[in-house]
Amino acid sequence: MTTLAIQAYRLHLPNTARPVLAGVDLTVEARETVALVGESGSGKSLTSRSALGLLPTGAGTEGTVRVNGDDVLTMTGDQLRALRTGTAAMIFQDPRAAINPLRRLGDFLTEGLNGRLAAGAATERAAEMLDAVGLPASVLGRYPGQLSGGMLQRVMIAGALMGDPALILADEPTTALDVSSQAEVVALLDDLQERFGTALLFVTHDLGLAAAISDRVYVMYAGRIVETGPAEALFNRPRHPYTAALLASTPRPDAPGGRLAAIEGRPPSLREALTGCPFAPRCPLATFLCTQQEPALLAVEAESARRAACHHSDRTGANDG
Amino acid sequence: MRKTVLEAVGLHRAYGGVQAVDQVSFTLAEGGALGIVGESGSGKTTTARIVVGLERADAGRVLVHGQDRTEHRRGRAHRLARARQVQMVFQDPYLSLDPRTTVEAVLRETLRLHFPGADHPRRIAELLDQVGLGPREAGALPRQLSGGQRQRVAIARALAVEPAVLVLDEAVAALDVSVQAQILNLLADIREQTGIGYLFITHDLGVVRCVTEDVIVMRQGRIVESGRTAEVLAAPQHPYTRLLLDSVPRPGWDPKAIAVARRSM
Ligand SMILES: Nc1ncnc2c1ncn2[C@@H]1O[C@H](COP(=O)(O)OP(=O)(O)OP(=O)(O)O)[C@@H](O)[C@H]1O
Ligand SMILES: Nc1ncnc2c1ncn2[C@@H]1O[C@H](COP(=O)(O)OP(=O)(O)OP(=O)(O)O)[C@@H](O)[C@H]1O
Ligand SMILES: [Mg+2]
Ligand SMILES: [Mg+2]
Repeated sequence: MTTLAIQAYRLHLPNTARPVLAGVDLTVEARETVALVGESGSGKSLTSRSALGLLPTGAGTEGTVRVNGDDVLTMTGDQLRALRTGTAAMIFQDPRAAINPLRRLGDFLTEGLNGRLAAGAATERAAEMLDAVGLPASVLGRYPGQLSGGMLQRVMIAGALMGDPALILADEPTTALDVSSQAEVVALLDDLQERFGTALLFVTHDLGLAAAISDRVYVMYAGRIVETGPAEALFNRPRHPYTAALLASTPRPDAPGGRLAAIEGRPPSLREALTGCPFAPRCPLATFLCTQQEPALLAVEAESARRAACHHSDRTGANDG
Repeated sequence: MRKTVLEAVGLHRAYGGVQAVDQVSFTLAEGGALGIVGESGSGKTTTARIVVGLERADAGRVLVHGQDRTEHRRGRAHRLARARQVQMVFQDPYLSLDPRTTVEAVLRETLRLHFPGADHPRRIAELLDQVGLGPREAGALPRQLSGGQRQRVAIARALAVEPAVLVLDEAVAALDVSVQAQILNLLADIREQTGIGYLFITHDLGVVRCVTEDVIVMRQGRIVESGRTAEVLAAPQHPYTRLLLDSVPRPGWDPKAIAVARRSM
């Protein structure tokens, strides 16, 4: 069974002129790592949070979001609680905002297990998980303010592992880490996948990281999936101009210094209804057709699972990235 | 040889038994850009906070234009003068912006405090223009702006004071690559136009390559390597710097091998 299956998912928020998620289709299988990349505000966090049934107040939804076959959008409060402390776990972007600064980290780690394990056993497991993320058990007695951002993020990852989840939703989990700690966290998540068959949805804006860790990639823009496919093929030859532009604007340690190829302009506001392709105003390939008709997400290469939502995907060239 | 604008000499800071910053010294040339990279928990933020004056050093000195910042002289005038030497931009501008104050008002308040009697509307327009914000954003509250726009506001506010040095602590880490590219280009332009110096803390070696001239690499509170950025990245001397470079995700990247190497160090 597909661990996470999101189908024709639309999300509306109050006081907006267009759906913030406009028909998202996305799957993650057991043992699979799927990367979700895209512009800030494109809806990556809303998508991943939806898998836990965490919706903004006043949100209206259409479509389905299934975890292990059960639709999260129709779950009762009890079912949602069971989902969030067992089947699925989330690692958030900003550990400082997600962890109560006034509580000891030991309490933060064991809270989800209350009632399911004796206090001693819960603490033991917390110490084990801290060790797995490379932190000493003494962290259990410390407060969030006493740890650096990177150390706190590892505590958060340890917390996500506590309930043996089938699905991990990692929302920019390594943004606060240096690259070698990041590698260690990725190795840790890899290891868990091998041992427990965990499915991993990894939200990131680091395309190099997405390419290196994921089996498949989804690229999001303005609440839509604009391109998807196997990581290697997608990054070697992007078929949506937005993916190509993202690759071109990434700074690299081995590149010469100097100006980057930024994408001028900004993504469409939620207060404006959209006609045509949402990327058209910023797109170097846009034509009249693009301003009139929204492109569907269609297969671009007959033999593979690659799809792009672009009227000119055949003109989107190879990228040397 | 350019003049030195910022000099840190033998900085130390301990928390309980942890040496967060241990014997850290560096110099930043006028109009230069110095990167700090290193392991998380290695003392980068603590170093930055000492430089800005948000944290006290147990030992060591911070000099701006040869003048000691660490000997705290009391009084509003001295406090403002210190603020004009060094300004800081944090990772998450949301936490450092007042949610009820519009962008324009933020800049107006800062200018009134530091330059009473000057022509503020003109300077506000100039600052907004410098960071690429328009009149629509000028009247907006922080929550009505995107992350990248908020970061521009934080930069504009820091620049309003006309500091000699801008300290940026993971200031582009939360931004997606396309917005990040805009901000990095913007920072390069500002440095060229104003001759401001940057102390730039980041985890991203690509970013360091792009915006800095010199770099120091920190580990466990200490500087393990320093030099010209291009040279350090092309030919790292210290094993930890080599580990950092090997850790940058790329095709064929092996996180397990890196994790093993990291733990055995
Ligand atoms: N609770 C909420 N109430 C109202 N609007 C929201 C809420 N959460 C998100 N939004 C809006 O929905 C859009 C998508 O937000 P989301 O957080 O999913 O973006 P993202 O792709 O994760 O961006 P980032 O890379 O900056 O984290 C944005 O325009 C955001 O302002
Ligand atoms: N207020 C504090 N109380 C106790 N310990 C602290 C405090 N602030 C920092 N530390 C400790 O000092 C060390 C250095 O922390 P610092 O925040 O400077 O690291 P950093 O290099 O900025 O890390 P990161 O890359 O994760 O942001 C860490 O071991 C941290 O736990
Ligand atoms: Mg997000
Ligand atoms: Mg820090």
